[in-house]
Amino acid sequence: MEKLLVLTHVDESGVALTKASLEAVAAGVEFAGASGAALSIGIVGAETGTAANSVAGASARVLTVSGEAFAQARYASDAAACEALCRAAEATLVFAPSSSRFARVIPGVAYRLGGFADTHITALGAGKTLEASRWFYRQRVEAMIRRESRPWFLLLDAGTRAPFAAAAGQVQAETVAVSLPQLRSQVTGIVAPKQDEQTIRPEAKMLFVAGAGWTKKQADGQAHVAEAGSLILNFLRSADASLGSSKSLVDQSSENQQVLSFLTHMNQVGQTGATPRHAKGLATCCHGEEPHVVGWRFINDRRAISLDPNCGWARGKADVVYVADAFKVMASVNALLAENKQ
Amino acid sequence: MANSFHIVVCASIVPDPLQTLEPITGPTGPGLKSEMNLPAVLDPWAACALYEAASLATKHPGSKVWLVSMGPKAKLQQVMMTVAQKVPFELVAVDGPIGGFTDAHATAAVLAETIAAIPGLDREHLLLFGGWESASRGAGVTMQIIGERLEITDQFQGVDQITINNDGSFTILERVEGGKHQVSTCAGTPALLGWATGELPEPRNNPQVGMANMRGVMPALQKAKSAKLDANGLSYVSVSLPKQRRETRLVKDMPEDEIAREIVQWIAE
Repeated sequence: MEKLLVLTHVDESGVALTKASLEAVAAGVEFAGASGAALSIGIVGAETGTAANSVAGASARVLTVSGEAFAQARYASDAAACEALCRAAEATLVFAPSSSRFARVIPGVAYRLGGFADTHITALGAGKTLEASRWFYRQRVEAMIRRESRPWFLLLDAGTRAPFAAAAGQVQAETVAVSLPQLRSQVTGIVAPKQDEQTIRPEAKMLFVAGAGWTKKQADGQAHVAEAGSLILNFLRSADASLGSSKSLVDQSSENQQVLSFLTHMNQVGQTGATPRHAKGLATCCHGEEPHVVGWRFINDRRAISLDPNCGWARGKADVVYVADAFKVMASVNALLAENKQ
Repeated sequence: MANSFHIVVCASIVPDPLQTLEPITGPTGPGLKSEMNLPAVLDPWAACALYEAASLATKHPGSKVWLVSMGPKAKLQQVMMTVAQKVPFELVAVDGPIGGFTDAHATAAVLAETIAAIPGLDREHLLLFGGWESASRGAGVTMQIIGERLEITDQFQGVDQITINNDGSFTILERVEGGKHQVSTCAGTPALLGWATGELPEPRNNPQVGMANMRGVMPALQKAKSAKLDANGLSYVSVSLPKQRRETRLVKDMPEDEIAREIVQWIAE
């Protein structure tokens, strides 16, 4: 019988599990129910008492690693914590959220335990034999994999299932002791844009993608970068959307061209950027060719505004393509959204 | 020498992103159709790591950059003709398979062994660089395991910036959720950095750098050891292209205001 451990960690508040952690718990509960695997849940954080209650009703053994050293998302301490939890649970299978914190350490933990890690898992096959789906070549080729070797670590992509909903009640957790190595690194802070300048919103329903066309010369022979920036930011605020960008637009900042100052490489979507998950996506001034569109793999409802009726979006990659001037359309969209808010 | 580094950059070679990819299954498992004929490039995120390494080496005299890459010799030679024009490095080549369907753990084992055998490498002053994920397997697994095998437990992933402090410590920005960066300080080398985009543009081709690099590239390719990769129990149930093709509704000649109304209605749904 498999022994499944779901590794989780607390969120920024320090008292609750991350949403991605709860999604991994849901996956674990489902798999354990279907396969008969023995389920354990491991929690890492400075303080884990309150967070442990968010897995009440999971019918699992709950193990925790806590202490000030685990307040930080740091390789040396997190790897030690996860290793200790895996050993305590004698896990043959490990599910964990593909958060930046666990993506950093899980492959190394797998190595320490003589196991193997597969990442960016988007779905798990039903049945007694565990199969996992993931993408290769930046979301261009999909594969279903198996591993005979154990322990097998699976990092589950966020947003692929509903989070676990806890039952009411208190969880009796077991504390696992960790022997920490010498810690040579310290997390000293988080750098984030100011609240009103934050353009990346993972929880947003809508992804708005700006392409290089926003900074090109328009019908009057002039570029209107300031106007473009204003239209985009107004839309993001009004629609509470997240901003993505094509690589070519982001790269302009390093090529000394006129740029949209709020864009960084972290906004980049596609082959060398992110593959975000939002319910809807609106592409503007972007050609919609494959290296960019692979970043849209997990956006189901797609529309685009482009002056080119033969752009990539029109070739089966978007549901609707509006052949129009994005400056005019977005100005009108912003006006309508403002009216609706009044 | 104060603050000089031995920087090893691990970089795979991947199909040019503009190429059409078609998966096929052969006797040894899945691969890409005509894989050996597809134009290849240095993996984009690993390339960022290489440019950052070269920049760091320039700022810290006495530093040296090695580029460790595994692939069939012919493909490595093709890619190095371009990469060698960019920044100075010494190539350490491994003659082995390319492709995203190989096992990351097996790749890491070969690369770690190769790095450990680099003559003159000072592991006390080692900065181990690579991309945080590749554009082929895209797993984000290989670098961490190389680090573990080389006993480096100060590891950072999704790195966009490193700043070296006067005392030899350094400050690192790593990407975390929500468009933010986590700031860490590390007491000093050895350390492992899996780079995201970094901060540097792609360097212009420099023929002089290219000529200097190529003097070392050809001998490195000639003495490249061949490597076979274990599957480590990994098997593929299916490998396929996404099936979904959308029936795109192309809207022409609709006034902008009307388009806007349709979009606002769609947003509200």
